Amino acid sequence: MMNNILVLPLIIPILVGILLVFLRPYIRVQRVISLLTMIGIAFISLYTLNRIQAEGILRLDFGGWKPPFGILFVADSFAVLLVLTASIVTAICLIYAFSSIGERHEKMYFYPFVLFLVAGVNGSFLTGDLFNLFVCFEVMLLASYVLLTLGGEKRQLREALKYVVINVLASWFFLVALAYLYGTLGTLNMAQISERVAEAGQGPLLTTISILFLIVFSLKAGLLLFFWLPGSYSVPPTVVAALFGALLTKVGIYALFRMFTLIFYHEPAITHNLIGIMAGITVIAGCIGALAYKDLRQIVSYNVVIAVGFILIGLAVATQTSLEGSIYYIIHDMIAKAMLFLLAGTMITLTGATKFDQMSGLIRNYPLFSWMFFIVTCSLAGIPPLSGFVGKVLVGQGAVETGSYVLVALGFFSSVVVLYSLLRIFLHSIFGETIISKEDEMPLKKGLLVPIVFLGIGTIALGLGTEALASYVSDAANTLSNPSVYIDAVLSENK
Amino acid sequence: METLMIILIGILTSVATYLVLSRNIIRVILGTAVFSHAVHLLILTMGGLKKGNVPLLTEADAPYTDALPQALILTAIVISFAVTAFLLVLAYRAYQDIGTDDLQALRGTNDE
Repeated sequence: MMNNILVLPLIIPILVGILLVFLRPYIRVQRVISLLTMIGIAFISLYTLNRIQAEGILRLDFGGWKPPFGILFVADSFAVLLVLTASIVTAICLIYAFSSIGERHEKMYFYPFVLFLVAGVNGSFLTGDLFNLFVCFEVMLLASYVLLTLGGEKRQLREALKYVVINVLASWFFLVALAYLYGTLGTLNMAQISERVAEAGQGPLLTTISILFLIVFSLKAGLLLFFWLPGSYSVPPTVVAALFGALLTKVGIYALFRMFTLIFYHEPAITHNLIGIMAGITVIAGCIGALAYKDLRQIVSYNVVIAVGFILIGLAVATQTSLEGSIYYIIHDMIAKAMLFLLAGTMITLTGATKFDQMSGLIRNYPLFSWMFFIVTCSLAGIPPLSGFVGKVLVGQGAVETGSYVLVALGFFSSVVVLYSLLRIFLHSIFGETIISKEDEMPLKKGLLVPIVFLGIGTIALGLGTEALASYVSDAANTLSNPSVYIDAVLSENK
Repeated sequence: METLMIILIGILTSVATYLVLSRNIIRVILGTAVFSHAVHLLILTMGGLKKGNVPLLTEADAPYTDALPQALILTAIVISFAVTAFLLVLAYRAYQDIGTDDLQALRGTNDE
């Protein structure tokens, strides 16, 4: 079975994570092993991605149980592109962690939990079974609870309590929705659910269930129900916040895309319109948040919210073009948000202040670092040739095709707000009068700068190398807009 | 039988909702535990409560009971057990450090 490779992005981080628990005192060994693991997974997913182009969607039936009876992993271009990006971003964040997180965290199993988090994220992307998706979500969430509370500061504990309770409730809704779906259709295999929904027609009952799923994944993705997000993303250490901002909401977004392109695509007048309205409100609320605060961490967290809304506009209009745009934008956003969180966190570490009007003139002290901030600002605003551009254009084009002009306007209005909110930081803290003298200047460690530069190169490369990525993304969007491709790949016998 | 179960699930859910909406963190945690019981019963009921044989090939001629909901519940119980344990420890630690178990006092301020 050559397809065993599909389980590696889930199983390797778990096994290595368990191994690292026993290597607790050897911090250097832990660092090297965890970094190598993530690089290894990146290469594995790159290889898988190329195999999918050659052989079509791959699947792995665990224990040889043919679908729909067993649990299975399904790798299509969409899932594997996200696994690939997630591994690269995590590897780079790990490099940042080496010189920022501190020995106290490292000895308290920081690296194993990052790996467990990655295992949960990758599992959620790859699974083809709805209940298995729930389990992978929980693996990811439990790791995130620990990473959020690690260090045990008062405000971490305070925010973690809310974060955990909200997620326990979201998981409860997930189980309720699963129970109803199982009671209605009698299966949990996503391809078979899709087939049965198509056969039976998506009646009012199934549409209600689909809205239940919409609530669940919106809570996880921060679509409209994002009230928990700014609080909990602004308390953990910088690198953990970067991982959360880059990976966690994307898993919710991925699940929304799967559910509403593969399974519940029959009643777009209800479900997709609802997603459109929610996305619109999310964008507006995110913009208000990004402009209202002076605290860097809050501004950055609200930028996550804006991006979630923007990506979901692509799902709401659901044309092939807009789906392609959303996929580009998810990949871009993983890289750029990690970079933004790292930059904001580094600025706070360097100056000791959290609000942007308490910093000034950083460009004199840290020129390269400052230009990186400029790059990420342009990238998030969607200025060509950086990576945000393609996604924005394609989502906009798709929305124009279907005549959703309100969403187009909101989407591009949000770009201006993103630009303004970040440029405000740039002008205040990076330009402006230098207030830190050369003697008082805190040295910027190479270990902090290098990962940021890597991510900066990533966003430039993604923008310039769109052509190289185009075939993968169009294949991914093709699978999303034609559910039969996915269903045939899963339910056919000869694999 | 199904009707009785659904009524029971409804009662459990309303009790849990009441608990989760209170200000005391321990009550909230107990509420999430009751919530999880309710949903486990729901999954069981959704699988059908009919009496039947074990789902084995040799017994195939008689109507058999769907075994999948039991498997799902088992997984869900383990997960909710782990999460509840974590949540209790977290609440205890937060109580020690912050000195309150009142959620109203845990709102946090803007100026920190």
